[in-house]
Amino acid sequence: MLEHIFFTELMGLKVYDLKGRKLGRVRDAALVPLVDRFRVDRYLIGGGWAWLSVRHDQIDRISLEGIWLRDEQLTPYHRDDYMLRLERDLLDQQIIDVHGRKVVRVTDVTFQLHRSNGHDELRVQEVDIGLRSMFRRLVQGVVPRPLVRRLMVHIPINSIRWEYCNIVEADPQRRLRLNISTQALETMHPADLADIVEELGPSDRQALIGSLDSEVAAEALSEIDPDIQASILESLTEMKAAEIIEEMDPDEAADILAEMEEERSDAILEEMSDEDAHDVEELLEHHEDSAGGMMTTDFISLPAASTIADAFAAMRLSEDALESTNTIFLTDGAEQITGAVPIARLFLHDAATPLEKIQTERLITIPPAETKTRAAELFDKYNLLALPVVDPENRILGVITADDIIAVLRQD
Amino acid sequence: MFKRLRYHIAVFFSVIGPGFITAVVDNDAGGIFTYSQAGAKYGYLPLWTLLPITLLLIVTQEMCSRMGAVTGKGLSDLIREEFGLRTTFFVMVALLGANLTNVMANFAGIASSLELFGISRYISVPIGALIVWLLVVKGTYASVERIFLFATALYVCYIVSGVLVKPDWKEAAIYSVKPVLFFDTDYIKLLIGMVGTSVAPWMQFYLQAAIVEKGISAKEYVESRIEVIVGCVVMTIIAFFIIVACAGAIWSVQPREIKDSTDAALGLKPFGQYAYLLFCAGLLNASLFAACILPLSTAYTVCEGLGFESGVNKRWREAPVFYWLFTLLIVIGGGVILIPGFPLVRMILLSQVVNGMLLPFVLIYMTIIVNRKYLMREWTNSRAYNAVAWTSVAVMIGLTLALSIISLRDISG
Repeated sequence: MLEHIFFTELMGLKVYDLKGRKLGRVRDAALVPLVDRFRVDRYLIGGGWAWLSVRHDQIDRISLEGIWLRDEQLTPYHRDDYMLRLERDLLDQQIIDVHGRKVVRVTDVTFQLHRSNGHDELRVQEVDIGLRSMFRRLVQGVVPRPLVRRLMVHIPINSIRWEYCNIVEADPQRRLRLNISTQALETMHPADLADIVEELGPSDRQALIGSLDSEVAAEALSEIDPDIQASILESLTEMKAAEIIEEMDPDEAADILAEMEEERSDAILEEMSDEDAHDVEELLEHHEDSAGGMMTTDFISLPAASTIADAFAAMRLSEDALESTNTIFLTDGAEQITGAVPIARLFLHDAATPLEKIQTERLITIPPAETKTRAAELFDKYNLLALPVVDPENRILGVITADDIIAVLRQD
Repeated sequence: MFKRLRYHIAVFFSVIGPGFITAVVDNDAGGIFTYSQAGAKYGYLPLWTLLPITLLLIVTQEMCSRMGAVTGKGLSDLIREEFGLRTTFFVMVALLGANLTNVMANFAGIASSLELFGISRYISVPIGALIVWLLVVKGTYASVERIFLFATALYVCYIVSGVLVKPDWKEAAIYSVKPVLFFDTDYIKLLIGMVGTSVAPWMQFYLQAAIVEKGISAKEYVESRIEVIVGCVVMTIIAFFIIVACAGAIWSVQPREIKDSTDAALGLKPFGQYAYLLFCAGLLNASLFAACILPLSTAYTVCEGLGFESGVNKRWREAPVFYWLFTLLIVIGGGVILIPGFPLVRMILLSQVVNGMLLPFVLIYMTIIVNRKYLMREWTNSRAYNAVAWTSVAVMIGLTLALSIISLRDISG
């Protein structure tokens, strides 16, 4: 008995009723993912002029010679949004290979053939993308099935297990009906997810970002090319866009909003929480290509008299800022910057030591109107980890971090 | 008001590239030969065909760029999704064949234009091939596009050399709008050739892929459409000056048939060293440019359609099929020029046959896809546009089929 059957072999297979009369040929097969993600639920048979639908439990036996039914109560096929039709919806379409972290095109599908409850059943095992499946497609219907099997063994296989396949579907309603989960995608590294999003067409892109958890979407989005970022966010509802932007670093959020048309970015800011919106609005005032445009307003500053213990307490409170923070800034009573303490230094002294004692010897700052290139030069010259941006009164407005500088260097 | 205008101009410059490059590369070594032949043999008479050619070009190019902007997918991707693997496979094989011979023709252009400067083809072709290869393999999309745009500027050579020849401008102006048809097999053949070479299958694939790669969205589409139209018009202007230069220099002295483009360049020599040099430089630039774009576009299209990784932003190990295809096209395309006695003319005629067989399919698939609502949403063709589109498609199909039959007869005869 066969262990596997390919979709190219299933297509066009003759279907016989109980008396061995030919009813028609297989024209498509469908899964109903809400019921079972793997089992082929329906076989669509084209006889005369109408298509018939055969349920999986109406089949007795499947082989390369044909399909024999054990029940003849067939219904005509009608459109059903809960069905994932393999020929129409999967073959030749792009899917996401979560394991290999890329977008691939489906050439064929491999089913596992097994007997359960006294009848044959097909379960989707793999999606085929390699040369071997391409060969099967090209000779499908021209060369007899057994001969194809004998010839193809010389060609390398390339397949993806069905568990790792994520279908790309732009319609959110249908995503639900087809039970497409984004769980697997959300476990990927944001940078890989970003690469995948960039490979898709605009509508698929928007659908994917729109269906992801806001935090994951924000992380992935911040790795994407700025023009694409803006066009994706513009297509989402203002609510969703605001949710995602709130999750992003303020400087990145400001960069994206600056790319959008003003009406749209104002509407999104409106939806955001006041605090987040305020941070971003402040950044929007600065020119994109200036030091002010690249800084983030998420940073930690403390009165100059604070101790190391205070610093640790402040860090515990500002979890958001912490990911990109490597330096704590000190200010006097008039909020003017007086010093900087690299976090690493906090570990060298006991908790009661005042921060002033361990601040860096020299404090380098930059005005917001300076160019990005100047900021990069300062980083290079003084081997900085972070560069505070200050106004004419020497008050700290924001901080430029090393990752912002890397982005500048890569652009040039 | 002014702010809006400035915004549109800014967007226009951000979308510039794909339409321009595609239309201008259309005047490659083969195109230049056809236009030179037209001018040398019939003078100003064939000029009127340029207007309908421009229209046909605009209609077909516009649909492709629209599909690219709206769907964000290449033409070969769409053909694969809508018509399946087998169809795509045959289209890709035909495209590969046709484009390979096109690459040969352009390497031949490089060789012959540099031979006029006394440089042997055994030096010029390998160096040309290496330049083309390095440019694409070592460059990024943005830098490659910038170099390509610079190359399009060099086409100005033809305009200058056309002016230097001092043709009869009045005649040229009259015959640009006055259709002249008379029954002469060679004349009809030439007109068909002019139209037939103007819309090639590779252009549709290249243009759409370039639009997608550049990330042009449906929102920027208005500017992108203008860019495509401007590109087509520029292409026509260049063609006009090539014909006029040859008409002024060769036809007005003694109408004759030319052997190849360098023969046309030599005909310009009596009108001054500069006219001649510029014509040669133009041919070199066009050939080099097309020799860059064709292998790149072919590798890109084929990989996309068949589902292999592709793109100049990927590394060799990530997209091996893409880079191997690209390299082989250059090596074979350039290599055959160095084989003494290689039947190049026959190969070029054959490529016109393959192009002619392929184009109807490509145009029909295109027009079907561009009308699919679930792909193009509100951007499908309007009814009037469809009438124009299908008529253009029918005209193009008729003429290219005629051209391929003529080429077939020439091959066998």
